[in-house]
Amino acid sequence: MSQPSIETIVGDRKSQPHQLIEVLQDIQEVYSYISQEAATAVSHYLGVPLIEVFRSASFYKALSLEPRGKNVITLCTGTACHVRGSNPLLDQAQALLKLDHDHGGTTKDGLFTVECVNCLGACAIGPIAVLNGVYHPHMTSAKLTSLIAAVREAEEMRGTDAQT
Amino acid sequence: MPRLKAITELFDLRAQLQAARAAEKTVITVCGGTGCQASKSLAVIDEIRAELKRQQLDASVKLRITGCQGFCENGPIMVIDPRNLFYCRIVPEDVKEIISQSVAGTEVIERLLYTDPATGKKIRTEAEIPFYRAQDRVLLSQNRQIDPCAIEDYVAIGGYTALAKVLTEFAPEAVIAEIGASGLRGRGGGGFPTGKKWASCRAAAGDEKYVVCNADEGDPGAYMDRSVLEGNPHAVLEGMAIGAWAIGAEQGYVYVRKEYPLAVAHSRQAITQAREIGLLGANILGSGFNFDVQVARGGGAFICGESTALMASVEGKVGEPRAKDVHTVEDGLWHRPTTLNNVETWANCPSIINNGAHWFASKGTEGSKGTKIFALTGQVRNTGLVEVAMGTPLRRIIFDIGGGAINGRAIKAVQTGGPSGGCLPASLFDLSVDFETLEKAGSMVGSGGMVVMDEKTCMVDVAKYFLAFLLDESCGKCVPCRIGIDRMLEIITDISEGRGRPEQIPLLEELVETVQETSLCALGKTAPNPVISTLRYFRDEYLAHIREKRCPAGVCRELIAYVIDGEKCTGCGVCLRACPYEAIKGAKKEPHIIDALACRKCGICSEGCKFEAITISSGGVPCYSM
Repeated sequence: MSQPSIETIVGDRKSQPHQLIEVLQDIQEVYSYISQEAATAVSHYLGVPLIEVFRSASFYKALSLEPRGKNVITLCTGTACHVRGSNPLLDQAQALLKLDHDHGGTTKDGLFTVECVNCLGACAIGPIAVLNGVYHPHMTSAKLTSLIAAVREAEEMRGTDAQT
Repeated sequence: MPRLKAITELFDLRAQLQAARAAEKTVITVCGGTGCQASKSLAVIDEIRAELKRQQLDASVKLRITGCQGFCENGPIMVIDPRNLFYCRIVPEDVKEIISQSVAGTEVIERLLYTDPATGKKIRTEAEIPFYRAQDRVLLSQNRQIDPCAIEDYVAIGGYTALAKVLTEFAPEAVIAEIGASGLRGRGGGGFPTGKKWASCRAAAGDEKYVVCNADEGDPGAYMDRSVLEGNPHAVLEGMAIGAWAIGAEQGYVYVRKEYPLAVAHSRQAITQAREIGLLGANILGSGFNFDVQVARGGGAFICGESTALMASVEGKVGEPRAKDVHTVEDGLWHRPTTLNNVETWANCPSIINNGAHWFASKGTEGSKGTKIFALTGQVRNTGLVEVAMGTPLRRIIFDIGGGAINGRAIKAVQTGGPSGGCLPASLFDLSVDFETLEKAGSMVGSGGMVVMDEKTCMVDVAKYFLAFLLDESCGKCVPCRIGIDRMLEIITDISEGRGRPEQIPLLEELVETVQETSLCALGKTAPNPVISTLRYFRDEYLAHIREKRCPAGVCRELIAYVIDGEKCTGCGVCLRACPYEAIKGAKKEPHIIDALACRKCGICSEGCKFEAITISSGGVPCYSM
């Protein structure tokens, strides 16, 4: 599957500086991060100074300047999820995936990224974990362990399939 | 559908759609909102479609997929009308049985009924559910009746009638007078009188003006804006069109958080549909009024809920607020007069125009009119969206609607208003929920988040949580907010980790005042609220942390220890295997022990223990039984 070029993503928004955040979000969705090349191209197409592109890309949480892992686990740490124990879940994810950053991070093999979000607006069914866009309500440590194990297993299967 | 060119055409279409709706005999309504989707409602919906076809009922039974109805905890939920039969927590495997027995037949499947957690009784119909019954669902009841992806549904329930009425019967000043007379105040947290805001914007100099819908619901623990925008996007668009007519704008923006993908999709779709049918765009309903709306996605920054930061973000810039010595109604988006209102505020406008200001003002209190949606979450039995008249006592919301505490633990506090709000103790639960009363008590209505906390919640930890949140979200532009929050967090962290000293409390109180008085925007000005309110009502908890180095709730990690009760432990090994830090040791069938040095106090061990053998103690005192 080939990814659309930055120019295609920008589309008819060329020379419209006010579309910066929208364009960066679209790039983030396709490439999962804003690379140096992408930022330069956006600066060129929209007519926004490169430093402003980086400023926005580092300001907004939805945008990432680092490549993210193949599988993204997002843990909601909103108030409602917090009082229902989202913190231990984050600790557990860090321990299981051997991440040393405080608020998530990406595993060395690039298989997982753990990140936190302030609220997903699904507070009634918290704590919530999102794996690659799929919401998993009423998370517990046991459920999280099996979720991570299931992804690992699927990845290993894919790995052996590719070898044979 | 053809483009509507005149108001009479809208009325004809509405009559047609209403007739079609009246002919619907059996209707299955399933929630397809974010919460229910997370509980796999889409699989249930697919199965219903397939099963209706299999049983050849697809022509006679209407399946309506609605947006969020605010009862997410019990999702996926389903109502079968006209019997009003209510089923919850449905899985695809139940569908065949539901269709044959309750749709084709007249039986009731007991196991799928809702059980009232307070009485343990099974409840058959939606109307009998106490959670709904005690509410006054003016806005939310619309979510129940419409498919947010079908403009036909909204028109059928009387949608866009208010816009038509305004365009023919109301001069812009009359609209402003009507909204003003209703007493509607901003639902996003500020509580500013909407009519007054519109009047200033209309009076502001300039040809080009804008209306903006603030759907950047960053307050963690509140999701009524998600629910309304996702479940009833046309009401928001209609409200914005009415506002645009009143102030003289031709362009509107909906600024919505990207964390709400369904709300983004539904508002975009609603805009497309409204344009197609001629309810947005040039010369709406032949009146000569032009108005169009665009969606801008937020980039995950809490500060962008602040009006000036939001406008900067719509302009494609970093979301930093500016001083508001000149208000946005005069100098807003692209330096033009701009009216910014919250989702719920906009959505309230059509019903005010349809039913009159008097109808809206008949609900609520002297200073706070109408109904307000609250997101009731946390340690309470029924969580979900609660719409009640302003002035309803906290006790009624938490106990009558919320059903009281989970697991029989005592409710200690309720946190209202999100990071800008405060924590109110159980002794104040008779307070009425309105703008003035809550503010006087040291909290605020805010956007309507209500997080219920029980004795398992540590109030020092709550203050720490909000400060950490605000530190992370502070844009860093002004010093008091950027550094003040950091210093307050430093002190609270000291306290929560056992390094607290008595003289830090007055220091904290001094900092609170400085940050409140000198910050640039509302984020900083209100940032100390969680600290002030917990200090005011839960000072003894702070003192226990400082003097006794003890966390009474058993939350603050540095002050607690997990202990295995040797008498209860059977040595089953569940905790030993669950511990990610290999801190639990012991031979099979013999009581295990926790290595205090290796223990990171994550609590995973106690979660899995069937024998309740693992407890928390702090300062040598047991905290609570798990």
